[in-house]
Amino acid sequence: MKLQALRGDVPALPAKGLLEGYDSNGFFCELAPWRAEESRELGLILRRLNGVDLKDLRRQARQVDTDLYNLGVTFTVYSDKDAIDRVLPFDVIPRVLLRDEWATVEAGVIQRVAAINHFLWDVYHDQHILNDGVVPRDLVLGNPNYRPEMTGFDVKFGTYAHIAGIDIVRDETGRFLVLEDNARTPSGVSYVVENRRMMLRSFPDWMTDVAVRPVDDYGFRLEQAMLEIAPEGVDAPQVVLLSPGIYNSAYFEHVFLAREMGVPLVEGRDLVVEDDRVFMKTLCGPEPVHAIYRRVDDQFLDPEVFRPDSLLGVPGLMRAWRKGNVAIANAVGTGVADDKAVYAYMPRMIRYYLDEDPILDNVETHICREPEALKYTLDHLGELVVKPVGESGGYGILMGPKASRAERAAFRERLKKRPDNYISQPVVRLSVLPTLTRTGIGPRHVDLRPYAVTGRSTWVLPGGLTRVALPKGSLIVNSSQGGGSKDTWVLA
Amino acid sequence: MVTTPLLARHAEAFYWMARYMERAENLARILDVTQTFGHDPDGALSWGPLLQINADEARFREHHPEGGAQAIKRFYLIDAGNPTSVLASVMGARENARAVRALISTELWSHISVFYGELAALRSADVAGANLSRVCAMIRSNCQTHVGIAEGTLFRGPGWYVYQIGRYLERADQATRLLDIKYHLLLPSLREVGSQIDVNQWHSLLRTAGAYHAFRRVYPRGMTPADVARFLLFETAFPRAVLPCVQHLERRTDHLSRDFGVPVDPSIRAALERLHDMLDTTIEAVIRAGLHEFLDRLQQEFAALGAALSAAWFHPDAAAAA
Repeated sequence: MKLQALRGDVPALPAKGLLEGYDSNGFFCELAPWRAEESRELGLILRRLNGVDLKDLRRQARQVDTDLYNLGVTFTVYSDKDAIDRVLPFDVIPRVLLRDEWATVEAGVIQRVAAINHFLWDVYHDQHILNDGVVPRDLVLGNPNYRPEMTGFDVKFGTYAHIAGIDIVRDETGRFLVLEDNARTPSGVSYVVENRRMMLRSFPDWMTDVAVRPVDDYGFRLEQAMLEIAPEGVDAPQVVLLSPGIYNSAYFEHVFLAREMGVPLVEGRDLVVEDDRVFMKTLCGPEPVHAIYRRVDDQFLDPEVFRPDSLLGVPGLMRAWRKGNVAIANAVGTGVADDKAVYAYMPRMIRYYLDEDPILDNVETHICREPEALKYTLDHLGELVVKPVGESGGYGILMGPKASRAERAAFRERLKKRPDNYISQPVVRLSVLPTLTRTGIGPRHVDLRPYAVTGRSTWVLPGGLTRVALPKGSLIVNSSQGGGSKDTWVLA
Repeated sequence: MVTTPLLARHAEAFYWMARYMERAENLARILDVTQTFGHDPDGALSWGPLLQINADEARFREHHPEGGAQAIKRFYLIDAGNPTSVLASVMGARENARAVRALISTELWSHISVFYGELAALRSADVAGANLSRVCAMIRSNCQTHVGIAEGTLFRGPGWYVYQIGRYLERADQATRLLDIKYHLLLPSLREVGSQIDVNQWHSLLRTAGAYHAFRRVYPRGMTPADVARFLLFETAFPRAVLPCVQHLERRTDHLSRDFGVPVDPSIRAALERLHDMLDTTIEAVIRAGLHEFLDRLQQEFAALGAALSAAWFHPDAAAAA
C-alpha cells in the first residue's frame, strides 16, 4: 500500500509542536503528519497547526463555544418551563480534503443522486427494476416509506431528492465508502456554513495562502433549485421553507436556510389551500406560494392524505401539488430510496439505470431478510454492526465487538424475530483526525456528509459536514451520541 | 418597494417581542426607584403599589406568605414562575424573537439571547441591597441596546412598523399604570399637596419614568401634581409620555397602510380614534372628572386596540370563524 509505505519515511514536521506524538493508531488520517509531503497546502496547514500552542488553542476553543452559543448556532431542548439552547460541539482542528479526493467524492455523490432519482421515478411509474428482479418487489412495495399516493405522478426534471446528504466514511486504506443515503430531509448543512464562518472569525490566519473552496452560496444554490422546480408560467415564484416550528430540534437550521434563501419561514398553520392553490396568511391577506422546501416529514405533510391528526401540515397540499400549482422539495416518498436495506442494492441500481460502475462503493452489507445473510450475521454477531433499517440518529444499533455477551444474546432474539428489520455490516475502521481532547490532541473517528442540491442538475456543496465521535474510541458520530463537528476544507 | 409579504404570525411575534422588551424596561425602572423609596421610614408602603400595578397581590401572597421587600424584588426580577417578572418578560421577548429569527439580524437575536442568559443566572443575593440598582441599570441598558440594534438593523418592511406599534402601545400603557398607582396611593386627594414626603414621591414618580430632568426643563420653577400628570400624559417632547406614543401608533398604522398595502380594519381605526379624542383635552378637565377614571379608561382603550390588532392582523381566521 503506497500510503502505508510513505508513513514515517519523511520527518515532515519538527519533533516539537502541537502534533508531537500524534498517532492515528493505524487508522487512515487525512492530517497525519507524514502526509505533509503530499501537497504544498497540506504541508503548510500541518506546519501551521503544529506551531499552535495547546493552551492558546484550548482558550480559543472555549471562546468559539461561547460565540456559537451567543450567535444562536444551536439546537434547542425544551423542558416544561424553559428552552435550553445547546451548541453542537465544534472541534477547531479542520479537516482537509485534497482536490483529487474531493473530485472523487463529488462525482460519486452526483452519480448516486442520479441513481436515487431514477429509482424513485421507476418505482412510482413502471417498476422496471422490480419486474427485472434487481430489487425485491416486497422490499419496495412493503416498505413503510413507500407512498402509493405518488404512483404515476410526474415530478419536474424527474427530481425527487432535491436535497440529499450522502454519509461517507474512509476505511484504513483511505478508500471512500458510502455508509448511508439521506434522501428525505437531511439536516446539518447549516453547521457546514456556520463552522466555516466561525473558523474564519476565530483563526483568520489559518487559511492564508491556502485556497479553500467557499461554502457560503449554499442558500443561493438551494433557492435557484427551488425556482427551477416551481410551476411554469409564474413570473416571480414565491418560495417558502416549511418548518414544524420552534420545537423542532433543527429549528436553527430552518431559520438559517430561510434567511440564506431570503424566503419566509412558514409553519403549516401559516398556509392554506384554496381551489388547489397554496396561499400563506400574511398581514395583507392570503398570498400565493409556488414552491415549498419542506422540513416536515411525509406523514405530517397533509392530514387529508396522511396522518389525519397532524397539526404540522397543510390540508390539501397534495392536491395542489398534483395539480401542478406548487412544487414540493423533497418529493413525498423518497424514504423508500434511503432505507438501509434498499441501500444495499444501490451499486446494482447505479449499473442498472446509468450503466456505470459505482464511483463510491458501499460498505459490505448483509441484508438479514435474505436467509444466508441472516445466518452469516447470527454466526458473526461479535464482529458485525447490526442496524435496524428504519431508525436514524444511531439508535438501536448493536456494535458487535463492543457489546457484552448478554447484549448480544438479547439482540440475537430481536434479530431472529424480525430479520427483515435489520442489516449488518463489518465494523468499518473509520478514518480519524487530530482532535482537541481533554488530554491533548488525539485521533477521533469521523465521517463526512456532503450535500447535493438538485433541480435541473445536481450541485454538490464543496466539503460537507464532518462529524466527529468525541469519546475516545467511539465510532458513532451522531450528535445524540456524543458527536461533534469540524470545518471541512476542500482545497481549490 | 417589492418585498415579501409578512406572515400574520410573524407580525404578531414582532409585536410581542417589542412589547415584552418595553415591559421589562418599565418594570426595571419602577423597581429601581421603589428601592430608593424603600429607605423611607414608611418603606413598606412603597413596595405594595408594585403588586397593585400588575394586579399581582393575591398571587404574590399565595407564593410568598411571608411577604417582605426582598421577596417582592425576587418575585419581579428573577421569578420565572411569575409571568409579570422581568425574567418572564425577557423570556417572552426571546421566544417571539425566536419565531422571527429568520427576519431579524443575528445581532438582535444574539443580544436578546445573551441578555436572557444573564438574567436567568441571577440569584437572590444578586438582587439584594445595593445590587438591585446595578441589576436594574443592567436591564435598562440591555432593553435600550435591544431597541438600538432593532433600529439599526431591522429591515424596513412591515415587521419594523408592527414592532414599533408594539413598543409604543406597551410604553403608553405602562405610563398610565405608573401614574395611576402613584396617583391613588400617594394622593387620594389633590388637596394634600405640599408636604415633604409628597414632593419626594412625585420626584420619584418622575424618575421612574426617566422624566425628572425633562420635566425640569419644561417646568424649571416648581412642581404641582397636576404639572407632573400633564407632563406624563401630554408632553409631546417627552418620549415616554402617553400622547406622543399614541401619535406614533397612528403614524405607524398609516405607514403600514400607505406603503405596504396592509388593510386597516375599522375596529383598529375606531380604537385609535377613541384614543385620539380622549387625549384631546386638558389636565384640568381630566382632574376635574377624575384622573384615576381617566387612566382606567385609557388602559381599557389600549386593551381594545391590542385586541383589534390581534383579531384583524394576527388572527384573521379566528376572527372570521367567531
